[in-house]
Amino acid sequence: MQKRIRKRYRAERRFRAIGMGAVIVSAAFLFFLLATMIGNGAAGFMRTEVALPIDFKSAPLEVDRAQLGTRGADLALAGAGLENRVKTAATAAFGEKGDELIAENAWTAVRDAIKEDPNLLSQSAHIWVPASSELDAAADGGGEPELRARVQQLRDRGALQSGFNAGFLSRADSTDPTAVGIWGALKGSILTMLVTLLIAFPIGVLSAVYLEEYAPKNRWTDLIEVSINNLAAVPSIIFGLLGLAVFLGTLGLPRSAPLVGGLTLALMIMPVIVIAGRNAIKAVPPGGVFDPATVLPVQIFLWSDEVSRGFIEKTSAAIIVLLAFLLAMNALAIYLRNKFETRW
Amino acid sequence: MNPYALLFLVAGLGVIAWLTGRARAARFGAASKHRLHSLPGQHGLYVAMWTVIPALIFVVAWSIFTPSLATDAVLKAPQASALPMFGYERDAILNEVRARAAGGDYGFYPLAEQLAPVYLQASRFYGWLGTGLAILLAFACGAFAYTRVKADFRARTRVERTVMLALLVASLIAILTTLGIFLSLLFESLRFFAMVPITDFLFGTLWSPQVIDPADPGATLGAVPLFWGTFFIGAVIAMLVAIPFGLMSAIYLTQYARPAVRQWMKPLLEILAGVPTVVYGYFAALTVGPAIRDLAVSLGFTYASSESALSAGLVMGVMIIPFVSSMADDSIAAVPRAMRDGSLAMGATTSETIRRVLLPAALPGVVAGVLLAVSRAIGETMIVVMAASGAANITANPFESATTVTKQIVDLLTGEAEFDSPKTLAAFALGLTLFMITFLLNIVALRVVKKYREAYE
Amino acid sequence: MTQVDFAEAADVSAIPAQTEAAPKMSARGVNVFYGEKQAIRDVSIDVDMDNVTAFIGPSGCGKSTFLRTLNRMNDTVASARVEGEITLDGENIYDKSMDVVQLRARVGMVFQKPNPFPKSIYENVAYGPRIHGLARAKGDMDQIVERSLRRAGLWEEVKDRLNDSGTALSGGQQQRLCIARAIAVDPEVILMDEPCSALDPIATAKIEELIHELRGRYAIVIVTHNMQQAARVSQRTAFFHLGTLVEYGETDQIFTAPRQERTKDYITGRYG
Repeated sequence: MQKRIRKRYRAERRFRAIGMGAVIVSAAFLFFLLATMIGNGAAGFMRTEVALPIDFKSAPLEVDRAQLGTRGADLALAGAGLENRVKTAATAAFGEKGDELIAENAWTAVRDAIKEDPNLLSQSAHIWVPASSELDAAADGGGEPELRARVQQLRDRGALQSGFNAGFLSRADSTDPTAVGIWGALKGSILTMLVTLLIAFPIGVLSAVYLEEYAPKNRWTDLIEVSINNLAAVPSIIFGLLGLAVFLGTLGLPRSAPLVGGLTLALMIMPVIVIAGRNAIKAVPPGGVFDPATVLPVQIFLWSDEVSRGFIEKTSAAIIVLLAFLLAMNALAIYLRNKFETRW
Repeated sequence: MNPYALLFLVAGLGVIAWLTGRARAARFGAASKHRLHSLPGQHGLYVAMWTVIPALIFVVAWSIFTPSLATDAVLKAPQASALPMFGYERDAILNEVRARAAGGDYGFYPLAEQLAPVYLQASRFYGWLGTGLAILLAFACGAFAYTRVKADFRARTRVERTVMLALLVASLIAILTTLGIFLSLLFESLRFFAMVPITDFLFGTLWSPQVIDPADPGATLGAVPLFWGTFFIGAVIAMLVAIPFGLMSAIYLTQYARPAVRQWMKPLLEILAGVPTVVYGYFAALTVGPAIRDLAVSLGFTYASSESALSAGLVMGVMIIPFVSSMADDSIAAVPRAMRDGSLAMGATTSETIRRVLLPAALPGVVAGVLLAVSRAIGETMIVVMAASGAANITANPFESATTVTKQIVDLLTGEAEFDSPKTLAAFALGLTLFMITFLLNIVALRVVKKYREAYE
Repeated sequence: MTQVDFAEAADVSAIPAQTEAAPKMSARGVNVFYGEKQAIRDVSIDVDMDNVTAFIGPSGCGKSTFLRTLNRMNDTVASARVEGEITLDGENIYDKSMDVVQLRARVGMVFQKPNPFPKSIYENVAYGPRIHGLARAKGDMDQIVERSLRRAGLWEEVKDRLNDSGTALSGGQQQRLCIARAIAVDPEVILMDEPCSALDPIATAKIEELIHELRGRYAIVIVTHNMQQAARVSQRTAFFHLGTLVEYGETDQIFTAPRQERTKDYITGRYG
């Protein structure tokens, strides 16, 4: 009898350990995922910059100063061959292939500096420009050895720095990983979500109120309930097909517009709002939306296909922004619920 | 006219209608000997509703259809013959036409620059037409309602009934959506099955949509590898991960964990369900896939892919853990406490009580949860799109690549194919199949839950 | 036999003359706390094999709580704390060396609302023996099931449908099934927590008859809010009030000549 009891207690301890293990491993998955994303993505928020010596005093730029304060400044400076000037300056400063050390759009940094201070055009100065993605990778420790050596060289000269890449949040998509930003996608996300909420929230809440408070018990309301429960579980891609066939095909709305995305998403989440709304009620004793845009998750998806190493960290960084956004919204929802929930 | 200004105008008309209706009702009330059935304000509301609602519906419908009408006008213009017949470029040009008409002056296509004024003109014309019609409608309906205001007119009941109708219509949207999904999928699928025999589609084993023989399109559009891949990744591998972890987590959290621990552990697990699937997919592609390939190679499989079925299935399983755990948790917690006490009072250990009494009693709920989880898994798109490949194999080796129905739908639709080709329509046929299967699973699961709930109430 | 002196305990009358055997279970100075709240205050009592002991008192007086200390079912409530000494055959059941699983096989419990498992009648009765490994062969188990059902007075009614679900029986039959289930592990003590309060009068009568038959084979403690029932089935009665044991004695004496004022008030219906 004693042996049997001991066996039973051993089984009990094993069972309990398995249960605890399951919870711990599941949580570990989550942390591992977050850690990987943050680890990969933190670098995406930083950008390497190189100090480019450029001399306008001895070799002035042929540009009409009057244009610099107007909207035509960009065009004027581009027309004056600023891009090539910057390239030659790079070669002069860093040797042969020096222009490969700076980003393709590095000249826009010089352009912006000039717009801010037109006196630069009569000076010789050092201007911080973004480094190319290869140099950026080398500065993080990857890439080829010669590049890493260059990085060390430049660092010793004080010509290399890593800064916060503020442009990541304000620039739009690009093929060059150092010039890329998520603003376009972020804007699209916000706009689409606005449309979704404006449509789904009133309809969902009104439906929930009706079904909980007023609807008579008959076949029709049963059908509505069954439909709502089923819709809540339909795969999202089916809604995509629906959007494609009806909104784009039959109604001819513009593709990729936040309006269409918002409408489709609204249809998708409305059943969830109705169900959640009904449960909440039960607990009481009685969009420019027409232009094409893109959204963050799609941006992440598109970037994930990019081969360049630089895109990996940018994608992870975009994921961090997305997650932060969602966590903030979740936290807000929990806060609102706690604040306004009354215990009956 | 600017649609917002129009809405504002209609709203303003509504206010005027309310005031006049109320005034009229008050006059009747003062003149007549009996009391009014409803308050003057309610009469006013009645008139206002008649003024605003039909006009509002009209404005919304009109503004949805105006872009297509304007686009039609553009297509009828003589310069439009230069437009490409279909595809990306056509869409891009039309988009630019719209953008220019809205006031942008920056674009790529000279053709768009030419067509933009046509669009603008048509759009303006329809805009003013719509405005006029809306105002006319508002006045007409408002006048009609005004004449009905009398002493014995039952305005209050009418108003209440209208509100109820509005709520009912809101609820009907759910049915409409389901119908819409089913019909649109069916319609396009029928067009597909006119080109490809249904037996070829459902039972064919070769899926290769890049090489479609126009004479016999069905030969390379056999969906069996897709069904297998969806089943293998979603119903087998993912469930092998999700069920043990989900069930044991639920058991631990409901039976063993201290309430303080359960309070933060449960939301933590639910965060797993809140992570966007695109993030999971990226994680699978970036980290899990290569790791599994290395593992496979070290085990001796030389042809391992970094886009293996195991990689996608594993990550999908992790995502689904909270679904299984949540349903199991609810089911186990719903078993009456008396069962648990009865078993413990007989000298059973907690694990014995769980295994012999609680789990069998909670089984219907757990099974329903698993069914719903399977439904979620086979409908999952993003993770497989990023982590699995498009290789339509029928293989039982988890280290090899497989593809799913959802990924193929995405692949078929992105790209420049025209809307009528068997390739594009195949996406709808796949969608219809997916919809029906998940629909069935969901109905069975909900029925199981319903029957089970009856047993305990 | 030693006379146990209860002079220190509050408001307890003299214990009746001891029978030959030592008490099966003894409680001395038991206090029970739920968090900060004290539910049971300084209770001392004996339970012996030959007599059915009844706990009576108004609702909320703690009789069920005290009952549950006898088989350590309070352990399942996280905030419960038990002080004092409770012994079974002389061994302190709250001692670290006492195995709860074995204790509960020796001290069985029947609950207020019948709670058969959603299994067959056979499996319900066989549950305990299976867990504790009391039957080697199938034949043994059949015997145990039949014996238990007979002792519970249910055999004749269900012998042809042992595979039917236990929950398909009537309320009274379900409760007898639960009694059979408790009997199946051959306990020494059976605790019954208001076993008839959810049953109709006919079923109640059957259960009371059953208790009569089981007397002597098992030490029975029954909690009841029905005084007449206590008078019918028990030989010893303990009156609880506000968590304390007010009076404990022979059933006849308690109901005809109670020593304590509070007992008299309760018996005569002054408060319920």
